[in-house]
Amino acid sequence: MGTGRLYAAVAAGGFRRYATYRVATAAGVFTNTVFGFILAYTYLALWHEKPDLGGYDQAQALTYVWVGQAMFAVMVLGSVGFEEELIERIRTGDIAVDLYRPVDLQLWWLAADMGRALFQLLGRGVVPMVCGALFFDLALPSGPLPWIACLVAVAFGALVSFAIRYIVALWAFWLLDGAGAMQITWLTGVFFSGMLLPLNVFPGALGDLARVLPWSALLQAPADVLLGEADPLGTYAFQLAWAAVLLAVGRLIQSAATRKVVVQGG
Amino acid sequence: MADLDEVPQVTRAGRTAGRTADGTADGTADGTAGGTAGGTAGETAGEQHPFGEYGVRSRVRDGLRAYRMIAAMWIRSTMAYRASFAMTTFGNFAATSFDFVAILLMFSQVDELGGYGLSEIALLYGTSAVAFGLADLMIGSMDRLGRRVRDGTLDTLLVRPVPVLAQVAADKFALRRLGRITQGLSVLGYALVTLDITWTPLKVLMIPLMVCGGGLIFAAVFVGGAAFQFVAQDASEVQNAFTYGGATLLQYPPALFAKDLVRGVTFVLPLAFVNWVPGLYVLGRPYPLDLPTWLAFAPPLVGVACCALAGVAWRAGLRSYRSTGS
Repeated sequence: MGTGRLYAAVAAGGFRRYATYRVATAAGVFTNTVFGFILAYTYLALWHEKPDLGGYDQAQALTYVWVGQAMFAVMVLGSVGFEEELIERIRTGDIAVDLYRPVDLQLWWLAADMGRALFQLLGRGVVPMVCGALFFDLALPSGPLPWIACLVAVAFGALVSFAIRYIVALWAFWLLDGAGAMQITWLTGVFFSGMLLPLNVFPGALGDLARVLPWSALLQAPADVLLGEADPLGTYAFQLAWAAVLLAVGRLIQSAATRKVVVQGG
Repeated sequence: MADLDEVPQVTRAGRTAGRTADGTADGTADGTAGGTAGGTAGETAGEQHPFGEYGVRSRVRDGLRAYRMIAAMWIRSTMAYRASFAMTTFGNFAATSFDFVAILLMFSQVDELGGYGLSEIALLYGTSAVAFGLADLMIGSMDRLGRRVRDGTLDTLLVRPVPVLAQVAADKFALRRLGRITQGLSVLGYALVTLDITWTPLKVLMIPLMVCGGGLIFAAVFVGGAAFQFVAQDASEVQNAFTYGGATLLQYPPALFAKDLVRGVTFVLPLAFVNWVPGLYVLGRPYPLDLPTWLAFAPPLVGVACCALAGVAWRAGLRSYRSTGS
């Protein structure tokens, strides 16, 4: 089996694993839609007070809400994904078995996580977006090009999301308990991805800072590409630069960590 | 096994053969039998009661006592790692602060939202957050029920001589949830200090009324949601939509939302009684649906009624439970 086919199979496994839980997926869609409605009404009030806030008009702001709900599960903005399992394997020592396998640890988890992200996009992204479009006036592009451009940005965003969470998980080699690290990442992620409010609404320097941090690649970037507010190529460059840096850091930590591993007998 | 939730009581009274039920049993003999069964757990609540009189009141008392003991056990185990407890409590505080940070960020750009100022929204936010925080602290673990039904660990709870609701509610009792309550209280405090309204005794009384009544309403939503999970199993997110979603909705004034949505959370799932209806009375603003003013005092009654309904739903759910067999 070629390596490409191997990782494709791992990705397909990641997809199928989440596809198994249909009721849970439907329940997630329901929750995302409910939260989408609540947020949409608050944004309506906010943009009624100040039209053109952050450079968005009202329809764009509402579109942002529903893109956010669609990205919620894809980018793992409100929960934990594979990192919980990886931390558990590190804590229990099962990781030693993984390290003996003739596959690359980082690529293995990346493939599985991309499969998951694809499922979440289809399973939990499409329906809330359609609901939003039915109930509100959204600023959706008419041609296929912006949609394709947005999907590419989503893929790169998922890559950044994985890279961040991989680094967090590897800290378990030193901390042994990942709960604190996961919680901090979760908090920063929600805040700086634009899940709370679009980053262009953040005031002054805080807004500038938020826009250069990697989390803006997760939600703000794909949303702005879809809304025609950002140049796709510049956005991709930004996302890929962060992905490259974070994946490289993850790899460095991984090699440091695997040198540290002491396999206990018994 | 039509009456699974009866089993615990029978076992607790030290009886193997059936329920004697309704007043036929001879009091004295059963009273002593009960004492032996409860030996390890200290005094048994039903001890002084003849088995025949084992009614709703003693069942509730038993449940509360079991709840207290299980919760105390979890608190003891949490306190074994004090630093970790402090950190997770702070994390809970920080995480729940985010909704309010979002509101603050909004108010960094505007002076009003739907005609309401920051202090007014802070009052709605604070009361909703504290009421929800209380319910979350007390029975927030109920959302785990679906998982228990799926993996079969609910069966363990069914054979214990303790009401199942008390066991599920106290399971993994998380004292760190005080973080959410603290956060809500600080926003509420901010609102009370900065609000520009004429306080009357009735309006002052309304604040604790909202928090307690609201807590009951949210508690009912938690129990009702758990009852639903007997049927739906892995739909815990649906419950989240009503619990966390409801709490988020109530943090904003009703004027922001579509009339139908406001009608829905007033008449169908009466979340509006947590803080909207009484809160707008305190703020001296009309409720969007022309409700009579006296309804502002209804939250405790609505809360009790909701809890009764949720209790019925819970019993129905428990009766319909079929073990996975694993």
